Amino acid sequence: MRAAVIVFPGSNCDRDMAVALKAAGADVSMVWHKDAALPDNVDLVAVPGGFSFGDYLRCGAIAAQSPICKSVVEHVQRGGYALGVCNGFQVLTETGLLPGALMRNANLKFICKSVDLTVGTSDSAFTNGYAAGDVVSYPVAHHDGNYSIDDEGLKALEAEDRVAFRYVDNPNGSVADIAGVLSENRRVLGMMPHPERAVDAGHGGTDGQALFRGVLDQLVSA
Amino acid sequence: MKARVYVMLKNGVLDPQGEAVRHALGSLGFDGVSGVRQGKVIELDLADGTTEETITEMCEKLLANTVIESYRIEVL
Repeated sequence: MRAAVIVFPGSNCDRDMAVALKAAGADVSMVWHKDAALPDNVDLVAVPGGFSFGDYLRCGAIAAQSPICKSVVEHVQRGGYALGVCNGFQVLTETGLLPGALMRNANLKFICKSVDLTVGTSDSAFTNGYAAGDVVSYPVAHHDGNYSIDDEGLKALEAEDRVAFRYVDNPNGSVADIAGVLSENRRVLGMMPHPERAVDAGHGGTDGQALFRGVLDQLVSA
Repeated sequence: MKARVYVMLKNGVLDPQGEAVRHALGSLGFDGVSGVRQGKVIELDLADGTTEETITEMCEKLLANTVIESYRIEVL
């Protein structure tokens, strides 16, 4: 399984993401934002956390217009898989690959701690290693994680079982406690919490391993 | 030519920063501030003859996130 991790100026979770994917068995390439094309035969694109372009204008807005993001959009339109974590989630909403937007946390504070999440659905490559209703713990580290979507969009997410994770104790004001959402074809996951920071006993927990293993299993057998 | 773009959160979208500013005004003793909305002003220096249509495209593609924000263009 071949994975590409996109690196923007200001990305700071790119190497953590690569380590988590490699630990699950992926062959990982790092791809610079100015590259116009993804490496050949990439199965999964991971858009990592960080502060791409200093969060100028809006978090993820400038990154979403970078040359590589055109290729990421095409990859997804061809049916490819993508995972966006934290700033990566913001980038994916800014490209329009995922619905909604991430706003400033309701309490205006940067939140950095581990949070409990309920798995919303096991029906995706990313969440098939969990059962719906499982509670997992991943760290969050963000200032703009307040998920916002209009009523119609929220109804669609709920009706189509596309809420991948919800906060047990909502830290940032997100609508319907949403921490992560899936695309319509369920092959793109965006989430604010960091599964790649919960894959080693040294992290204080390994709840994130099942997410990466799930993707690997699905893509290797495909 | 110059143009100014005003970007605001859409009506109905809660503005946590505006709320914090409202509270701060209240604690400074300014009574009667019932609402504050905070937005952005973006000034553009443009080639003469740039059409409003082009500026609209800039807003739609980059300057505003129309999922949560509205914008208004003022050509100066």
